[in-house]
Amino acid sequence: MSMPFYVSPEQVMADKAEFARKGIARGKSIVALEYEGGVLLVAENSTSLSKIGEIYDRIGFAGVGKFSEFDQLRKVGVRFADVRGYQYSREDVRGQALANAYSQAIGEVFTREMKPLEIELIVAEVGDDRYPEHGANALYKVTFDGFISEEHGFCVIGGGFEEVEGVLRSDYREGLALGEALELGRRALDAGGDRGANLSEGALEVCVLERARLGRKFRRLSAEEVKGILEG
Amino acid sequence: MSLLGDYFGSSFFELLQVEHPQLVPDLSAWSGSAGQMIPHGTTVLAMRFSEGVLVAGDRLATAGHSVASRDVVKVFATDSQSVMAISGAAGPSIEMARVLSVELEHYEKIEGESLELEGKANKLSQMIRQNLPAAMQGLAVVPLFAGFDGRRKQGRLWKFDITGGRYEEADFDATGSGGLYAREALKQGWHEGLSGPESVELAVAALTAAADEDRATGGVDLERRIFPVVKICSESGVVDTDEDGIERAYREILSRRTVNP
Repeated sequence: MSMPFYVSPEQVMADKAEFARKGIARGKSIVALEYEGGVLLVAENSTSLSKIGEIYDRIGFAGVGKFSEFDQLRKVGVRFADVRGYQYSREDVRGQALANAYSQAIGEVFTREMKPLEIELIVAEVGDDRYPEHGANALYKVTFDGFISEEHGFCVIGGGFEEVEGVLRSDYREGLALGEALELGRRALDAGGDRGANLSEGALEVCVLERARLGRKFRRLSAEEVKGILEG
Repeated sequence: MSLLGDYFGSSFFELLQVEHPQLVPDLSAWSGSAGQMIPHGTTVLAMRFSEGVLVAGDRLATAGHSVASRDVVKVFATDSQSVMAISGAAGPSIEMARVLSVELEHYEKIEGESLELEGKANKLSQMIRQNLPAAMQGLAVVPLFAGFDGRRKQGRLWKFDITGGRYEEADFDATGSGGLYAREALKQGWHEGLSGPESVELAVAALTAAADEDRATGGVDLERRIFPVVKICSESGVVDTDEDGIERAYREILSRRTVNP
């Protein structure tokens, strides 16, 4: 029997990362922005296959890359959160615990499996003014290798990452109104694509986590609403 | 991948059974005498009115011949378009309402759209069926389920038996120990096209009648200021009737009764 060729662990990891990056770079971007009334999630997506979803009362999810993979993880997140909320209380379901669980699971696939997951995720948690210790928003980004980071103000995942983040880095400020945040998000996504034109409401998937809402704070905005906000 | 788990469907109840069996409410190990020891909820009712459906319940829970609680809540909004009212063994019933509300939310989040009203009622009936072994030991769960059907644009209501049998009622129903009396009162007062305030008044009248004839039903307690829970479910969602409205309706009934005892 012939010996398999020796490949160094560094090379294996580098190849896997290269493979995952290529997969993700093919897709479009998603931005999450903190605005005065909560957290805004905007994806470039003209299909009915959602990239943004509700996880729990204060937690939203966004994924880029291979749809089947991140949608599976979205469902896993919903199960994780609902079991926790049922077992303990609704206030015990936190974004950080979920982001950590994602990080571990994705990292494990990256090291153990032949094929890494070709996805990146955002876990967004909006603050709740009723509880001082839950007052702050939180944005977590988890990449294909399980690397987790906490972002402040805004967070970008997906293909045109650098261009999109460039726009936000120069123009984002705290306390944006919803309309301003949405306009900025759209402009940032425009920069990521190679189309150059303004993305219309039909090409955007927009969801918000609204601070002031009681209970489930996640809401999906319809195309008409998005149009109204962008024009108004 | 460890996080993926073994269950891939859209049901929270099945998720618990497959992955977290220790969290499934299982009461079948109780002996026959348990039925006497644990608190029971008593009278709940539901009726259709012009804009949707109203569900009400008194606040008393009894254990044998004693009062277990005077201000227990037996009517729950299971989501923004449906309401469940419980009678029977309080612990398992309340737990079932809780599981059902997580179930409906879970399905909506996983699938991206909510179940039809009929689907929700059907799910509840399966959950009651699961509880059958416990029901045979005296821990029965016999709820009413009602909601606004967005397709038919009207309120609908169902009653259940301990085996999970599901029966749709056209106009109104009541269940629990005082259910018989409440249903009689509803039969006298119900008519097609009841307005919201009229239906609240009729609900209070029916609970008062039940409390009058059945010692285990609470009715309105002005002394302690404990009022029945009356929830109204219409196209715009589920709202509670405020206590002032219930008190007004009750005082109206009292004044009529004093004139003509």
